[in-house]
Amino acid sequence: MHVLVCIKQVPDTQKVRIDPERGTLIRKGIPSITNPFDETALELAFEIRESVGGRVSVLTMGIPDSECILRDALTLGADDAYLLTGSGFAGADTLATSYALSLAIEKTGPFDLVLFGKQAIDGDTAQVGPEVAGQLGYPVVTFVQDLISVDHERVVVDRMIDRGRETVEVDLPAVLTVVKAEQRLRVPTFTTILNGFAVPVTRLGPNDIGADPARCGLKGSPTRVKKVFAPKHQSSVSLFSGSVEESAGAFVRTVRELGII
Amino acid sequence: MQHRNIWVFAEKSDEIHPVVFELLTEGRRLSRALGEELGCVIFGSPDREEIKRLASFGASAIITIPACDEAVSTAVETGVEASVEASAELLCSAVREMKPAILLAGATSFGRTLMPLVAVKLKTGLTADCTQLDIDVERGILLQTRPAFGGNILATIECAGSRPQMSTVRPHVFKMKAMEKHVRPEIVEYRANKPAVRISRVIQRVLEDTMVDISMSDVIVAGGRGLGRPDGFDLMEKLARKLGGVVGASRGVVDLGWISAAHQVGQTGHTVSPRLYVACGISGAIQHLAGMKGSDIIFAVNEDPDAPIFEVADYGIVGDLYEVVPGIIEELNAGD
Repeated sequence: MHVLVCIKQVPDTQKVRIDPERGTLIRKGIPSITNPFDETALELAFEIRESVGGRVSVLTMGIPDSECILRDALTLGADDAYLLTGSGFAGADTLATSYALSLAIEKTGPFDLVLFGKQAIDGDTAQVGPEVAGQLGYPVVTFVQDLISVDHERVVVDRMIDRGRETVEVDLPAVLTVVKAEQRLRVPTFTTILNGFAVPVTRLGPNDIGADPARCGLKGSPTRVKKVFAPKHQSSVSLFSGSVEESAGAFVRTVRELGII
Repeated sequence: MQHRNIWVFAEKSDEIHPVVFELLTEGRRLSRALGEELGCVIFGSPDREEIKRLASFGASAIITIPACDEAVSTAVETGVEASVEASAELLCSAVREMKPAILLAGATSFGRTLMPLVAVKLKTGLTADCTQLDIDVERGILLQTRPAFGGNILATIECAGSRPQMSTVRPHVFKMKAMEKHVRPEIVEYRANKPAVRISRVIQRVLEDTMVDISMSDVIVAGGRGLGRPDGFDLMEKLARKLGGVVGASRGVVDLGWISAAHQVGQTGHTVSPRLYVACGISGAIQHLAGMKGSDIIFAVNEDPDAPIFEVADYGIVGDLYEVVPGIIEELNAGD
């Protein structure tokens, strides 16, 4: 079983602040991290390897500095790592990203399973996983929460849906996007750390994957960001004060007046 | 042939998803601005009532994609019951032939999987989870506004050079409003060949609490770590019931196992925009705010007057929720 996990370097959105004057993101000093959902996808890949054997590879597309998240994945136990990088990939929307990733997957594969985090916490689109599946013609299961069973032919997983869960069976090769918030992530061991620094990261550029420059990066992106602005601040909060009876009473009157109840 | 008109994808399982009517309501405004028709595309064969309802929300054309082969009939007849891959393929063929300029769908778990598959096959752009849609009248282009970076910023995105322009929109972002008068819609049956795609198969579905699709509720009473203990949710449930709503939760307490993930609000859970959101013992991490900022009225109860939740709240009480909430329940009872 050969599992590929696609990961992304993202700014830690918990620490992101907004420039109140310009309404832009202050990126300076914001640490870059591995997208947390991708970490849970990596964990799922390790579970699969433990269950049926095989290899776990990691792939990212990004600036040269994103090599550090591949290194982190290697020190957690990934077997090999690929960095898709080059100025031609810059400014890619989800279509151009999925195009480049799918070529890299075809180049470095074949893989039985391609895993993604359900979404990246910077863009929050949740589109790249299913779009890669579409590019490759693989079936896809999104919002996977638990692995039920896996063998060399197929995988059965539980996925989160709006009103609960469903169990989905899919033949390999397939794409899964993973959301496993409660999962306990492993920590590196002495052996995996040594391995992590011994394994080279393979760099791939547009030419290495046979990419059409017109379909990569900003050029290959049908969508354009026209404007970025801070959400308008709501009017300040009205606090109900006084005794519990008074404040609770004021709240109940307000919701009645607003016609909510 | 030029791409024209707006299509709303009508997701249907047991019944047509409410978000479809919200999208049609907004679609009416967009189609007027654009001077084009508003259509609705649906898998299976909608009955007379469904057609009437879609029309009453503004669909002047209803494109039906009926079962074309046994292999995909489950997918087609029931919409969400089966293959999202086959559904995407069928929807793509219909779009290729009939060339809508804009395709909108609800950002449900089905829509958020279907639309990327469609977009990539059509080599066009898709903007997820839009909170505002507008038309640039001069250029006849859809302007799509969505939050990013955990709700810290809003971005307006356009897809000027590719068609269709595609967006998903979360339930409850737009209000639904039927028209007073409407025309009889044109019904267009689109028959496609059986799609040759590899599919995933749903073998079981468990709806967690029958009442919990929190994203559809008008009132949400949410609890966070400030509850201090799992049975604090009994109190949340009591208040939710009194207000005719459902219980929500922050990620922290879901992680602690105090309540199931079906209740989770925030970036890693549901995005909600009820008429009233009551946040009890929730400090208001950005990730949580990203999921509930769109609520009409936010009411917060927290012991910490500096909690970030008060920055987005409309009303609040600084105090012990174990005193405040029972006080509110008592007031509500007194009014009965």
